[in-house]
Amino acid sequence: MTEPKPNEIVFKKRLSENTVRIEVVAPLIAKKALPGQFVIIRVHSRGERIPLTIADADAERGVITLIYQEVGRSTYALGELEQGESLHDVVGPLGHPTPIENYGNAIIVAGGLGTAEMYPIARALRKAGNHVITIVGARRKDLLVMVDEMESVSDEIIITTDDGSFGRKGVVTEPLKELVEEGRADFVITCGPTIMMKFVAEATREAGVPTFASLNPIMVDGTGMCGACRVSIGGKTRFACVDGPDFNAHEVDFEELMMRQKTFCDFERKSLDLWLEEHPERAHSGG
Amino acid sequence: MTEEDTHKTAENTEPSKAEKKEKVGPDGLTKKERLQIKRHPMPEQAPEDRITNFLSVVFGYTPEMAYEEAQRCLDCPKPKCIDGCPAEVNIPAFITEILKGDLEESYRILKADNALPAVCGRVCPQEEQCELTCLLAKKGPVAIGRLEQFVAEYMLDKYEKEPPKVEKIIPTKEKVAVVGAGPAGITAAADLVKMGYEVTIFEALHKPGGVLNYGIPPFRMPRRILNAELASIEQMGVDLRCNMVFGKTVTYEELLEDGYKAFFLGTGAGLPTFMGIPGENANGVYSANEYLTRVNLMEAWDFPNADTPVFVGKNVVTTGAGNTAMDSARVSKRLPGVEKSYIVYRRTRAEAPARNEEIEHAEQEGIIFKFLTQPIEILRDDKNWITGMRCIQMELGEPDDSGRRRPVPIPDSEFEIECDTLLVAIGQRPNPIAMRSIPGLEISKWGTIVVDEETMMTSVPGVFAGGDATVGSSTVIMAVGHGKKAARAMDAYLSEQR
Repeated sequence: MTEPKPNEIVFKKRLSENTVRIEVVAPLIAKKALPGQFVIIRVHSRGERIPLTIADADAERGVITLIYQEVGRSTYALGELEQGESLHDVVGPLGHPTPIENYGNAIIVAGGLGTAEMYPIARALRKAGNHVITIVGARRKDLLVMVDEMESVSDEIIITTDDGSFGRKGVVTEPLKELVEEGRADFVITCGPTIMMKFVAEATREAGVPTFASLNPIMVDGTGMCGACRVSIGGKTRFACVDGPDFNAHEVDFEELMMRQKTFCDFERKSLDLWLEEHPERAHSGG
Repeated sequence: MTEEDTHKTAENTEPSKAEKKEKVGPDGLTKKERLQIKRHPMPEQAPEDRITNFLSVVFGYTPEMAYEEAQRCLDCPKPKCIDGCPAEVNIPAFITEILKGDLEESYRILKADNALPAVCGRVCPQEEQCELTCLLAKKGPVAIGRLEQFVAEYMLDKYEKEPPKVEKIIPTKEKVAVVGAGPAGITAAADLVKMGYEVTIFEALHKPGGVLNYGIPPFRMPRRILNAELASIEQMGVDLRCNMVFGKTVTYEELLEDGYKAFFLGTGAGLPTFMGIPGENANGVYSANEYLTRVNLMEAWDFPNADTPVFVGKNVVTTGAGNTAMDSARVSKRLPGVEKSYIVYRRTRAEAPARNEEIEHAEQEGIIFKFLTQPIEILRDDKNWITGMRCIQMELGEPDDSGRRRPVPIPDSEFEIECDTLLVAIGQRPNPIAMRSIPGLEISKWGTIVVDEETMMTSVPGVFAGGDATVGSSTVIMAVGHGKKAARAMDAYLSEQR
């Protein structure tokens, strides 16, 4: 059996039309990765640097798990790589790990792909003695990710879909508000679309429940040298890649973050359109 | 007397006045004749051409121009030029070899003291260093930098066509770790591998070179030069590993366990400084680091052939007046869609820290300079996009403690500059990740690693540092000088430990 090459994809599975799970050889990263941390990857030699959460890490096998959604050129190009092929660059583990303590009732609120990031956190929180209640939401059933895994590391799990195709019809903040009212929320951590995280913060603000959001700004280097990922936390500027990516959700300026995330929209669209022209077989897909 | 004897006389005894006047070099010229030759201008792309491309602004001297310029050197008995060089390059010696026609020897002399002569020839602020202390400084110093550039690039081109056999050096001594593949790290690594050490460079980015790759645009320093310099150290046997963040991917403790006996931290000053004024997180506001990293390292000038984009509008403002600011403003001028590129600086041109040639080139390229102007607020629309910048006019007031006249705001002189892109280039500080991961490493209040001036050793025995990480944003040649010093001191330290 040949030795796997660095950055080689040793496992690949499509979870839905545009959601992919891969396991990548990265022994140094796998050895150290803690829940909440991420890697920056490049798919090919002229590719851009993009952050992806480390959904899981196996130190013994020396592999990390990445779960991503094909939304732009880089993720579509990544989706073209098959088992046995390698990513051009992988660097990490980056960012501060999530603070894991025994808070009591720990609520995980995961939206769409944010579930991938929350998986290792849920597991670590449970191990630390928390009663873990996980709320997983997506627009439709086929966009739900890692439900079985989340169930295995949670004491309670609530699934919501916007269209009611699975679980409870509605948005994640509804069961969250109920838990807050019942006094069953000692710590909340959330990851998912920025607007969802904003509403999660609002749902717990009045009750003063410590709430953390794993932010997802645009990043370039990921080690604090460029400031592309800067966010406003309590009126101060912080770099999500080195000070975060988790921040006190009640202090995050979500509006600014959402607007900053749109900075390169036109370029992103142009780049993806060009890629889809070259790969017409993928052109009909899209979340 | 033979030519050789003449040189020996010049070096060893005080020549008589008559002898001095008649001194001839390998080219047969007298001192008087040398003084008649005017400093040769550098052939360059015309400004209106060069703002349409990212190709090198300067063409470089031809061999004829280089020879004529080399003839201007008086080969002083006590060369002051060497005193002006942070790496103490033997300037008169390398210039003499140009006159003798032995460029290979000239290059060898350069490389003996400077690991990166092709880089330094282009980016050193010679006007503050060797060309300032040159005896002819007032009339027009010998164009030492251009000569260095000529020799180094001539040889690099030659080696590209006929690669020299670079022997891989078999290590006989201890394992040493170099953190950062920028100019300081490259220099330290090159010197250490030649001394017989087993050298590994840990570089955080996906490409080596540090500021030479992400900071300096290709029109100032073409990438082939950097690549050639890097290739030679790998050929010598340095293990250059990218995508390794010291303090995250590998730690100090792990490397010690792994048998590394000494460390050199060349982690640079890659932490951007923002102005701290309202509105700085608007869309379209970049740190110069981000902007230049996108364009230079990620090749955004070639989007969509390269994947990374860079947004620029029509009116680009850069705050600051150092080399980074000049680079930012000049890169902007070259990107499609940009109509106006401004430099906004709170002091005057005389105090601008950038290299003289860069300011001149910027002026020629049509960069609009607004001196004595201080930004106070960034204006943005309801989608968070920058629409303009409010500034206040400054004037030079009373001198401060350093004796320099401090700029002070003129009351009621606020005005607005319309802009859709803002590049903040007011300074960079050392990135803390690597340094904070070594227990007991003393860090100054400015965030720089504290080192002994002579040995470059930090407060932790066996851990050395140099370059911007120790002095803040400085020059390539300073980093080269530190790398050299540190390699020597590391060798002494490790020899003692054996």
